[in-house]
Amino acid sequence: MNFIYVLPFGEIANEKLSFAQKLIEKKFNFICNVLNNQMIPEQAFDSQRQQYLSTHFLLKILESCPENAQKIVGLTTVDLFVPILTFVFGQAQLNGKAAIVSTHRLRQEFYGLPSNDSIFSERLDKEITHELGHTFGMVHCRNSRCAMHFSNSIREIDVKNNEFCEGCEKILKNAMSSEQ
Amino acid sequence: MKEQTKILIVDDELVIRESLSDWLCESGYYVEAVENGSKALEKVREIKWDILLVDLKMQGMDGIEVLTEVRKISKDIPIIIITGYPTVDTAVEAMKEGAYDYIIKPFNPEEIDLIIRNIIAHQKLVKENIFLRKELKQRYQFKDIIGKSRVMQDVLALVKTVAVSNSTVLIRGESGTGKEIIARAIHSSSPRDGMPFIAVNCAALPETLLETELFGHEKGAFTGAVSQRKGKFELADKGTIFLDEIGDMTQKTQAHLLRVIEEKEFCRIGGTKPVKVDVRIISATNKNLEQMIEDGSFREDLYYRLNVVSIEAPPLRKRKEDIPLFVEHFLKKYSIENKKDISFIDEDALALLIQHDWQGNVRELENAIERAVVITKKDFISSDELPALIKKKNTNIAKTHDIENANLSLNEIEKEHILHILEIVEWNIKKAAGILKIDRTTLYNKMKKYGIERK
Repeated sequence: MNFIYVLPFGEIANEKLSFAQKLIEKKFNFICNVLNNQMIPEQAFDSQRQQYLSTHFLLKILESCPENAQKIVGLTTVDLFVPILTFVFGQAQLNGKAAIVSTHRLRQEFYGLPSNDSIFSERLDKEITHELGHTFGMVHCRNSRCAMHFSNSIREIDVKNNEFCEGCEKILKNAMSSEQ
Repeated sequence: MKEQTKILIVDDELVIRESLSDWLCESGYYVEAVENGSKALEKVREIKWDILLVDLKMQGMDGIEVLTEVRKISKDIPIIIITGYPTVDTAVEAMKEGAYDYIIKPFNPEEIDLIIRNIIAHQKLVKENIFLRKELKQRYQFKDIIGKSRVMQDVLALVKTVAVSNSTVLIRGESGTGKEIIARAIHSSSPRDGMPFIAVNCAALPETLLETELFGHEKGAFTGAVSQRKGKFELADKGTIFLDEIGDMTQKTQAHLLRVIEEKEFCRIGGTKPVKVDVRIISATNKNLEQMIEDGSFREDLYYRLNVVSIEAPPLRKRKEDIPLFVEHFLKKYSIENKKDISFIDEDALALLIQHDWQGNVRELENAIERAVVITKKDFISSDELPALIKKKNTNIAKTHDIENANLSLNEIEKEHILHILEIVEWNIKKAAGILKIDRTTLYNKMKKYGIERK
């Protein structure tokens, strides 16, 4: 039997790990376990940009991947980037095993607003759903309400739903049945 | 079947190529990346790209040089110059040389995404414009006849041969097989191209109205004939007249038509002055004219005049390899008409379309696709949108593709069916496995078992 794992990098609140675990089990129909915390990979840090290269996290995730892992999604609080973009909310291997989500830009505080746990949880839900969707081979969806819609900004995350549209749901079902 | 936007990345830094490729692939684009200008030019000659992303600062050919050289090969490809070292001078130079845009690394995701989406939307509008103009003109040429199947390739070869002559052509085929499109292609490929192509449906009008329609009338020829009216033969002068459903023409009109063919002139209804015309006649029928000659309802002498060359428009069930092409064409057509963006059909739905026997031929298929486009709430077509009649699967494999020998063993039937499906999808293993409802490994094993190989 295979599982989906959550791998925290650095300090992630237990309540959020549990939240992630439940949403993954509900949406992807796999048992989800939380692995022990890992250190944030310091070699990922870019001092010029003051951000962390997300690809390093993906490599670390793959190194830590249990044998019975169908997928493994990392969570971190640090700000992530890929070389060509100013930032990313997360990154995933398209049709692969690993995904990473950063909570850094999902919090209201990043935008100079008062903290709001409910909004933060909603955003976290959407981004985990989105990045895990990529690991099942799903690409960005044109439907701005679909969880697979590409979010360039926090505004676009807030507009979209935390569920897949009908079309993407069908693609996920097909992907999951061919992976099983 | 989804048409992917093709993006070529040209950057000498591996980490940029990989990062940009990964990000663009996530958006569903087809992406390739090369490290220098020479390789970029090779790629541009090989494939028709939708967008080029070219780094400004590279060893050897820099971004501006690549831009200039690409423009010699293609004036239209949108090229975005990307750079980590922006200057006003290079920006101006890039735009002067024809760059679509000039953006600075690292990109704001919103900005780059918007640029790419604008380019795609613009290209889509250009393609729609060309498509609609063509539909408006109704000029059909060989490349507009959809068909890569062997039977259609034979038809097209015959069309090409017969087009250059002046001989009459009789196109035979079931209803909905595209007889008019073949007639239009003959006309467009003939020396009469540019002159009128006039189509008349002989079944649509009663005899008296058909006569007037074809030959016109003089003022006062009958009650209501308040002025002279030219008939279709006159309107088709120097061009082509297409007489559809010729088997429905009455004996009297057949006689009149025979005279026109033989003497190249006729009188308008109620007139006495002969009107000379130079018209090529193409006719079509779904009836058995030979049988009609035997039972006296069609003139044998007219038959031989109309049937100097005979072309058979094959039924859709005999050219199933063409179904994916038709689907793509109708998806495009009805997406534009309904202002939707539906560009592909999933494998289950395509499998159902291929298995259906299409008694109504291409017209029935077109109707099914139009309906699916109208009712779908997704950005693709699935089996949910197909009519119930199509979803009721045809499980009789022999009927599906005319296996003639009913004594074939189960293995032989399976082998023939697998081969047939592979030919339809042009040996795309993933698609074939989807249609056959088996995984790829099983398909490979069966191909090995039956010795099925692409020749």
